[in-house]
Amino acid sequence: MSEIPSELKYTKSHEWVRDEDDGSVTIGITDHAQELLGDLVFVELPDVGTEMLAEDAACVVESVKAASDVYMPVSGEVIEVNDLLADAPETINDSPYDDGWLIKVKLSTPDELEDLMDADTYDAEIAED
Amino acid sequence: MSQKTVLYDKHVEYGGKLVDFAGWQMPVNYGSQMDEHHQVRNDAGMFDVSHMTVVDLSGEGVKAFLQYLLANDVDKLKQQGKALYSCMLNHDGGVIDDLIVYYMNDSWYRMVVNAATRDKDLAWIDEQSAGYEVEINERPDLAMIAVQGPHAREKAIEALPVDVVEAASELDRFFGCDCGEWFVGRTGYTGEDGFEIMLPDTEAPAFWDRLAEAGVKPCGLGARDTLRLEAGMNLYGSDMTETTSPLISGLGWTIAWEPAERDFIGRATLQKERDKGVTQKLVGLVLEDKGILRGHQKVVVENSGEGETTSGSFSPTLKQSIAFARVPKQAGDHCQVEIRGKLLNARIVKPVFVRDGKPV
Repeated sequence: MSEIPSELKYTKSHEWVRDEDDGSVTIGITDHAQELLGDLVFVELPDVGTEMLAEDAACVVESVKAASDVYMPVSGEVIEVNDLLADAPETINDSPYDDGWLIKVKLSTPDELEDLMDADTYDAEIAED
Repeated sequence: MSQKTVLYDKHVEYGGKLVDFAGWQMPVNYGSQMDEHHQVRNDAGMFDVSHMTVVDLSGEGVKAFLQYLLANDVDKLKQQGKALYSCMLNHDGGVIDDLIVYYMNDSWYRMVVNAATRDKDLAWIDEQSAGYEVEINERPDLAMIAVQGPHAREKAIEALPVDVVEAASELDRFFGCDCGEWFVGRTGYTGEDGFEIMLPDTEAPAFWDRLAEAGVKPCGLGARDTLRLEAGMNLYGSDMTETTSPLISGLGWTIAWEPAERDFIGRATLQKERDKGVTQKLVGLVLEDKGILRGHQKVVVENSGEGETTSGSFSPTLKQSIAFARVPKQAGDHCQVEIRGKLLNARIVKPVFVRDGKPV
């Protein structure tokens, strides 16, 4: 069973969002997503300062098997990226919700958070897969 | 509709993640492709390869037929059980499939061809056999399990039936033996020592359990792909196809040009290609920058043009990305590969990266 922390928000494309309550959010991929991808071996992150809209491709995560895009769950500016992943992409497999976070984003349209799924809805969503 | 091998229930029981592969429900991994890869490099792993197609060819005319059908020459097989790797070409010199053929006796050869190409292979073989005294029998009644790794043989021997053990223990590399209903080949697709074992369908699930008890871990098709890539073994459909000749697919060594009078399918075209001089070659790439090489990425070689990767992945043994690529003949030891709009540096090497557990 995948872990789905109740305090986070989720997307259909398996990103999670943590509201930092200061106008910014932290973004990563879910436990379910890392299980689907398998052993991660490379992560490509955007430059700090990049501005993107919700649903833009923000990062690429590559497992031994394949490359997958990670999409912006919300619109905003990238204010920090997880540099640890350059040398240790497997951190995402080991700790998808903590040490394996991908980027921090300053929200440009905070209302978009309302459009995201809560943990129960996401749980039901992946149960259908 | 997807087919299931006789080991399907075992894959479910052992936690295999099943995917469609060439119309078969096959395990891509049983948890971690990376762990399975290392398991084979360091110890022993097993793969269900029952989806592959076993074909028995028999009759008075079988040798002559195979000398016509295959680009490599079965006349090289003098000792009973000896195996040969060969391409089966079309008349244009393109590769219909690659295969292993075992010489069992003068009127019996056993061939193993790919699952994805089964239908076209069987149709082609049948069509070409007109005029030869040869009988072609597919063996869907046989399951096949590959046991691979430095400890694969000793562990497999613990699990084999008593009446198979002696013959299996004595096998030299690249030989197979027929032990009644069972067949054991000291062959594989990982660059490690080991066996490929064919056995009656009905006995396969129990044998799988015995191998597991002997410490052989189940491994999926994912690890099989990274293992073969590191070992420098071509994958049909990616590294060579019906539109590429063996000469530009790193498989020139598998063509038996001598004796010159042997007329095999595709020979005339290949001969012309060779006389004219090929313009491309298949090489290995090791990515020096960070990123992952995959098939169909553009390769740029300074002063000699462009090429393309044919298959690539992360190498768990080298902890770097590696690939096969078809590049201009003049390419030296360096190129760049375009990944998502960026040109990354790669070293051009002989396409063998790992052999018997060690980086080459």
